[in-house]
Amino acid sequence: MPIDQLVQVLVFVVMTFMTLGGGLGVVVSRNLFHSALFLVLSLGGVIGYYVLLDAGFLAAVQLMVYIGAISILILFAIMLSPGLMMQHQSQRNEQWWVAALVGVLLFVVLAVVLGQVQWPVADAQALAAPNAQVSQLGVALLGPYAIPFEVISVLLLTALVGAIILARDTAD
Amino acid sequence: MRSEFVFVGILVVFSMLLPAAGLGFAWLIRPKKPNPIKKSTYECGIATSSDAWVQFRAQYYIYALVFVVFDVEAVFLLPWAVAYNQLTAYAMLESVVFVAILAVALIYAWRKGALRWS
Amino acid sequence: MDAIAAWLTTVIPGLGLPLAHLIVQVVYSAALAFGAPVGIVVAYTYMERKVIARVQDRIGPNRAGPLGVLQGFADAVKMLTKEDITPAKADRLVYNLAPALASVAAILVFAVLPVAPGVIGTDLHVGIIYVVAVGSLGELASLMAGWSSDNKFALVGAFRTVAQLVTYEVPMVIAVIMVVLAAGSMQLGQIVAAQDVPFLVTLPVAFFIFLAASMAEIGRSPFDLVEAESEIVAGFHTEYSGMKFALFFIGEYMHLFAGAGFIATLFLGGWRGPGAGDGSILAVILGWAYFAVKTTVIIFVMMWARATLPRLRIDHLLDFGWKFMTPVGLAALVAVAVALKIPGLGSPLLRWVAMLAANGAVIAVSLVAIAWAARRSGSASLRGVAGVKG
Repeated sequence: MPIDQLVQVLVFVVMTFMTLGGGLGVVVSRNLFHSALFLVLSLGGVIGYYVLLDAGFLAAVQLMVYIGAISILILFAIMLSPGLMMQHQSQRNEQWWVAALVGVLLFVVLAVVLGQVQWPVADAQALAAPNAQVSQLGVALLGPYAIPFEVISVLLLTALVGAIILARDTAD
Repeated sequence: MRSEFVFVGILVVFSMLLPAAGLGFAWLIRPKKPNPIKKSTYECGIATSSDAWVQFRAQYYIYALVFVVFDVEAVFLLPWAVAYNQLTAYAMLESVVFVAILAVALIYAWRKGALRWS
Repeated sequence: MDAIAAWLTTVIPGLGLPLAHLIVQVVYSAALAFGAPVGIVVAYTYMERKVIARVQDRIGPNRAGPLGVLQGFADAVKMLTKEDITPAKADRLVYNLAPALASVAAILVFAVLPVAPGVIGTDLHVGIIYVVAVGSLGELASLMAGWSSDNKFALVGAFRTVAQLVTYEVPMVIAVIMVVLAAGSMQLGQIVAAQDVPFLVTLPVAFFIFLAASMAEIGRSPFDLVEAESEIVAGFHTEYSGMKFALFFIGEYMHLFAGAGFIATLFLGGWRGPGAGDGSILAVILGWAYFAVKTTVIIFVMMWARATLPRLRIDHLLDFGWKFMTPVGLAALVAVAVALKIPGLGSPLLRWVAMLAANGAVIAVSLVAIAWAARRSGSASLRGVAGVKG
């Protein structure tokens, strides 16, 4: 196949390994800090998917918000919990075989269902030129989607107020 | 848009090579004489007293939390800023409301002492 | 760079244009990844030590090579040959990964820097948030370094470093949004092209906020509490020696150059200047020279501030970020947004005047607010500064 398609497939495979491998690492790793770092790896893999889907803005936002802010929040929470970092726990308990069975069944069900869904495929021409995409997003955010835009700010305000109330309660 | 990121991919590969090359080269030419005293943790020249963990200061977490809120706000303001020329004055009002609500969030955090170091 | 690719297709028979582009990109990124760190670190560590020395009325390095110019190489050789002492209880994988991540993050930023007309790694359509996003990767490296060192000082240093970086990223992004408002695009090439009048003149508040926030993000004095030796040993990189420490060091100086380069691009017009407009080779060389000069001037200002200003205490530092820079930034953003939508602004000149007026109003209001806060504060010296008698 032509070289640029080959590169795309290669990038897709690498990103899939990052995402799935990271996810696996989160669950399997015995050290909580390592789990958090695997989570960061997994989120990083998603950046590659966004790039392959021509969503450069979302890729940069994923990096900026998920890896630059939320991962740090998670890491702080882990690092500030006394003693949590030093424990190395076994990842299994007595019921692991039930969990594995349920997991495999869920996978089979999902695979069958997802294979049969008629995914709507957008036209290639429906995507505007890259430099118009972000401004289209901006126009959309303040035009048809203005109410969600304002609701988001209220949501952020609520989240902040709630978090501060909770944090102050435990600290005082 | 995909093709724009090709350079980033190439640079990622090369930039990972720099530490590898540097560390490899240094591994070749540096002295290797480990002993237990050198390898012990640094604590101003005295023997270490306990395992390293930090006093639970919720304050660090709160700073990160407020940062997440303002980071997401900035993410929403960016497409607005790019499209600003094509928007009407009404859109300007909408975004002033957006920023005002988040300014209230900052003022709330400030007044409640969430941004105080001590 | 397109011109170089086209020239390559004429020189090497049978070379298609896409492959020529690829070769140019590979060569440029190799130069960025290997050449730029060495060049920048050598040149600017020398400049820093000389500038600070002169401010402190002494000479600075003058032994390695004529006038001490080979000092950087001497330091590099020293760091390569130092023993790498890894603490016994350090987490090996994370400990080794952290400096690599720090230098990778510092180099990746250069992919979108417009160094000269036509010379840019890739003019990403999301250029400016790519810069902010990759910058935040470095914070992760600090946390990893501090935690994996198994050292109380390193851990506390890492927390404080990340708290500082996180605090100053908010005003930095707000200043960036103001620039995007003025330029109408996140592409750095477009931002340079939109600066017929440099944004320093039309958006002074954004410039000051971005300059201060950049200094805090790089971790330079007066914001260098987290690596000051008298305070917390060496912060998150206490337990690093030899090449790994050198990688953090390289990361810091690359970050310095990148930060100054972006200030030059966003606020001083990047490579623009007389004679750099047309597409000729001379224009490229001139543009590169203008960019280098502007960046060096900004770096000089940062070094000047380092040599002159006392270090900020951690609570002052964080308060300054959250309680002064962020509100002023938000106010300026709203003011500029309102000013740009005043009906009847036809010509670009009127737009610039409107933005400048908005910024001026914000500066006036914040000076009044500072004076009011100083007057109300309990400190006698502050009240004296604000003009209150007794």
